[in-house]
Amino acid sequence: MAEPRTAAFVRHDQLPPSPPPAAETGVIKWLRENLFSSVLNSVLTLAALYCIYALLSGFLPWFFNGVWDAESVRDCNEQMGENRGGCFAAIEATWRQMVFGIYPNDIYWRPVTAFVLLWVAFAPVLFQAVPRKLLYFTLLYPFLAYWLVWGGTVLIPVLALLGLVVGYVVYSRLVDQSFAMGFLGGVLAAAIFWWLSGFITSNAGDVLALREVATRNIGGFMLNMILGVVCVSLSLPLGIVLALGRQSSMPIIKWICVIFIEFVRGVPLITLLFVANVVLAYFLPPGTNFDLILRVIIMITMFAGAYIAEVIRGGLAALPRGQYEAADSLGLDYAQSMRLIILPQALKISIPGIVNVAVGLFKDTTLVSVISMFDLVGIIRGPILASTEWNGVYWEVFGFAACLFFIICYGISQYSQWLERQLATDRR
Amino acid sequence: MAMTENAPETPADMKVSDEVAIEIQGMNKWYGAFHVLRDIDLTVYRGERIVICGPSGSGKSTLIRCINALEEHQKGSINVDGTVLSSDIKNIDRVRSEVGMVFQHFNLFPHLTILENCTLAPIWVRKTPKREAEETAMHFLEKVKIPEQADKYPGQLSGGQQQRVAIARSLCMKPRIMLFDEPTSALDPEMISEVLDTMIELAEEGMTMLCVTHEMGFARKVANRVIFMDAGQIVEQNEPEEFFNNPQSDRTKLFLSQILGH
Ligand SMILES: Nc1ncnc2c1ncn2[C@@H]1O[C@H](COP(=O)(O)OP(=O)(O)OP(=O)(O)O)[C@@H](O)[C@H]1O
Ligand SMILES: [Mg+2]
Repeated sequence: MAEPRTAAFVRHDQLPPSPPPAAETGVIKWLRENLFSSVLNSVLTLAALYCIYALLSGFLPWFFNGVWDAESVRDCNEQMGENRGGCFAAIEATWRQMVFGIYPNDIYWRPVTAFVLLWVAFAPVLFQAVPRKLLYFTLLYPFLAYWLVWGGTVLIPVLALLGLVVGYVVYSRLVDQSFAMGFLGGVLAAAIFWWLSGFITSNAGDVLALREVATRNIGGFMLNMILGVVCVSLSLPLGIVLALGRQSSMPIIKWICVIFIEFVRGVPLITLLFVANVVLAYFLPPGTNFDLILRVIIMITMFAGAYIAEVIRGGLAALPRGQYEAADSLGLDYAQSMRLIILPQALKISIPGIVNVAVGLFKDTTLVSVISMFDLVGIIRGPILASTEWNGVYWEVFGFAACLFFIICYGISQYSQWLERQLATDRR
Repeated sequence: MAMTENAPETPADMKVSDEVAIEIQGMNKWYGAFHVLRDIDLTVYRGERIVICGPSGSGKSTLIRCINALEEHQKGSINVDGTVLSSDIKNIDRVRSEVGMVFQHFNLFPHLTILENCTLAPIWVRKTPKREAEETAMHFLEKVKIPEQADKYPGQLSGGQQQRVAIARSLCMKPRIMLFDEPTSALDPEMISEVLDTMIELAEEGMTMLCVTHEMGFARKVANRVIFMDAGQIVEQNEPEEFFNNPQSDRTKLFLSQILGH
């Protein structure tokens, strides 16, 4: 029988669960699991902490005691007194030089516009989602950028572009008969067109002319960007052609490609740059004004092209033979099977290697300072550090240079990882 | 297996014209010093369905790969549909676009969707407008019973499905001759029949087929000639019933006993 029960206390709500003991919660638990899970880990953690401390205890006071507003190094030192710190006023005073070299101040808007439009031109190449129509702008961009940066009459880039168009039209007329004939015809037609247009530009040098800027005035980070963008864009197609040539069944083409690749890879870039600077002049007919930047671009492009060719060759070799056979068995010709089947897959495999070369190439553009071009490094080592005002402010200005390079290189690396994820279709 | 009701009783009843589709005469091939194919003579009539069998390394793959010039022969002549295979690239491309090939390992293009796999060659080789090529592709994908996979990538399909896509991809070029190189031997057993069904259907529509396979059930059902190869030679050829029940040469008997023995 159930007796009527009277309870002294009846709980109506459930108690909330009590928090787990401190040792099992968030921070402490995380620390224990991740940093102090064993003796060795604890030692490594402490060592790492000490390193971080040592770095920060040097960097932070230097950074926060820094002087941002001064006339010269001496001024900096006076303002700092006992506390040692960075003389960031040097960056403040020289960043225009570091970015633009000795480009005339009043027309900075021209390279800046070219830089902004660069991203518009890149967008359709880098991102599938961007409307394809923008590719026409990408084709026009090199000519537009040349005009903006170097100035002069608009006729030069326009006629250069028209020459390409003429060459292409002749090529597409003749290519049905044979590729070699189309190619030679196209090159010839373009060359004749350019030769003729030389007369036009020399007589009408002021049609829609922007103020001309000489090549020696183009420097700073701008020069690194120009060299980097142009050389990467050119060395990729060159690398593809060399890689395919190396695989070719035609012995002459194959050996030309092999010798080119092996020769260029076997020579230090700096040697090639000296060749560009000094030796090339001997081979050119006297009186030709073959711009130094152009010579340097050719050399860096060849150098990077050879490396990219080897990267792509690895990608081509990684494709199963069945892909070539399937493309052949469907009746695709060589150009079609390469463009539609083989290269898309080989390039996808090669992305990490290509990006590696591209980032390396971009940083190697600073080597032109050795042949006395005033790129970012050249302008720091020369005019800036040699000036009486800023003599000796190595850390600050080189730190600034490092930041500029880091931003671009990190951006390239992040983009390539994103691209690899986008292209991952063959995962099971 | 899916045989339609009015399917012919015996393979020989299926219509074979006396028009020649492929004519191979005195064909020889070497890999370096190794003599892979010896004096091959073979005439295939339009609508014929030929099964090629033989021990491993006997040159079966090499033979059918010579027919669409994936391998080059060194001696003798091969005439496919009136085109003589020589080193002329134009001839080779023409033959290849008329001859479909299905591989052991499917060889689909992994970076393209199923639909793109099927429309690529019609668009670029036949210059078919994209819309029309897609309609044709969907028609053949329905025929191999996987229209719903059209937007997937090959890596997302099972082996049997991939092989059926590979067949559809070849059919989209409207080939007059189909070559199969062990189309079922990379497949799990439960997927073999779905691929064979597709091939049987194709045979019933009168496609000229050369098929390297060890599926003897398939050979009995659709072939009107079985060819036995050994050491680079055609040792024996006959109608399937005769071939299986009454083999002539000792090598054929040995091979059949090995393959049917268990
Ligand atoms: N590229 C090649 N180079 C040299 N020898 C080859 C090459 N391809 C095949 N062979 C040889 O040619 C012979 C015939 O090969 P093939 O692939 O035609 O045989 P198969 O009858 O298809 O055999 P399987 O049933 O194993 O597929 C084999 O001995 C093989 O080792
Ligand atoms: Mg084989």
